[in-house]
Amino acid sequence: MHHVILERWAQGNSPLHLRDPRAKILALLAYLIVLATTPPGATYRIVTYAIVALAGVVMSRLPILSLLTRAGVVLPFSFTFAVISWFGGEHLRAIALVEKTYLSAVAVLIVSGTTPLPALLRGFESLGVPRVLVSVIQFLYRYLFVISEQAQHMRLAAVCRGGARKTSRRDRFQSAAGALGVLFARSYARADGIHRAMLARGYNGHLPVADAGRFRIADGVFAALTILVLTALRTLPY
Amino acid sequence: MEFLVHARDIHYQYEDGTKALDGVNFYLFPGETVALLGANGSGKTTFALHLNGLLQGSGEIDVCGMRVGKATLASVRAKVGMVFQDSDEQLFMPTVLEDVAFGPMNLGMSRMEAVVKATWALGEVGMDYALDKAPYHLSAGEKKRVALSGVLAMNPEVLVLDEPTTFLDPPGRRSLVHLLRKLPQAKLIITHDVNFAMALASRAVFFEKGKVLADAPIDEIVRRFDWTAGYDTLASDEFLRYSAQRRF
Repeated sequence: MHHVILERWAQGNSPLHLRDPRAKILALLAYLIVLATTPPGATYRIVTYAIVALAGVVMSRLPILSLLTRAGVVLPFSFTFAVISWFGGEHLRAIALVEKTYLSAVAVLIVSGTTPLPALLRGFESLGVPRVLVSVIQFLYRYLFVISEQAQHMRLAAVCRGGARKTSRRDRFQSAAGALGVLFARSYARADGIHRAMLARGYNGHLPVADAGRFRIADGVFAALTILVLTALRTLPY
Repeated sequence: MEFLVHARDIHYQYEDGTKALDGVNFYLFPGETVALLGANGSGKTTFALHLNGLLQGSGEIDVCGMRVGKATLASVRAKVGMVFQDSDEQLFMPTVLEDVAFGPMNLGMSRMEAVVKATWALGEVGMDYALDKAPYHLSAGEKKRVALSGVLAMNPEVLVLDEPTTFLDPPGRRSLVHLLRKLPQAKLIITHDVNFAMALASRAVFFEKGKVLADAPIDEIVRRFDWTAGYDTLASDEFLRYSAQRRF
């Protein structure tokens, strides 16, 4: 599972792991803004951003190859839009789209691979992200594993009853659609059960606010320096 | 002695028209452990969900001197701790500590107080080594213990345990029996595991089609309905009559 690997990565103790989640979120935000506002064709700038991302990977002591490969998960999506731009005659824009999405994915993976999710959520919450959104991410993360396990059980049950034998595409599509429907119904029933369990422990519509911890001087210096460097790379003429 | 829980003439019908409870009467004394026995769909869980207002049918329920109703829901839910059958549904926070602290924080405790309370509750069930673990990394037995500590952290006076031995291996069941025996709260145990029920409860209430068919010492109920886990026992006349009616 992708998120189990991220969780294992997040248990490290590199200089990046030790930074406060808020500092990392601010740095990530700055990186994404700088990337997004860079015009197509600014190859040198993109190269410097890539160097910054690589420096982040090295600093985080995460497995470089694995991280760079996992970041590639966004490429099929960005390629789709890049192809549209390419055939629309906007070649530079198409290339920039692929570069930017890939570098964004690398940056996001560095932050999520160096910060345990509970800490990351606390960071988001204390930076003012709406609690509803934080709760949705939290529940999604918590139950993704349960639902995927349920899907695996269903698949196994189907295979045990000959579901893997060669059938027509139409049959396979029908059974997949049915399984998806059952999975949705089960997820709905589970959501109902979770809500009931929450009510039983006094839930009144608001998840309790968790403590975000102390923001140290070193965290401030890290965030400020990163933002400063990124701003310089974005604005200085070269 | 005064009743800790007293339910009178409880009726409940699900939206699809299924009559789940049909005039249930029930009482529970402080410190007492009672098992709810009966076939699947007989109304045991539906009844238990009424005790802290998760379902509200007609009739009257008093818990710790409070009438269960909209105005008393928060106080009643602090008194009646429910441990659900599927621990995955009960453990929804990212870490064990945060999950156990969820209830106390809803009771109005500060973050620090809730953490202290949660740490104590986890210690009570022998899970204080897993504070920072994610719930899905725990075994079934560990999840059950954490779910129980999430309820204990709220200082309830009644513990309602719905099929607590589901997914537990025999050592896990034994360990849960030992743990529950230590806890001073009154307990209501919904289970098909008769050995488990007999190890803890002195009294049993037998449900059938939304009604209380019998309320007696647990040995008597088990004997009367042949409600045993063994497959080689001869069925009593009462069980044969009962199974003929149910046609299972």
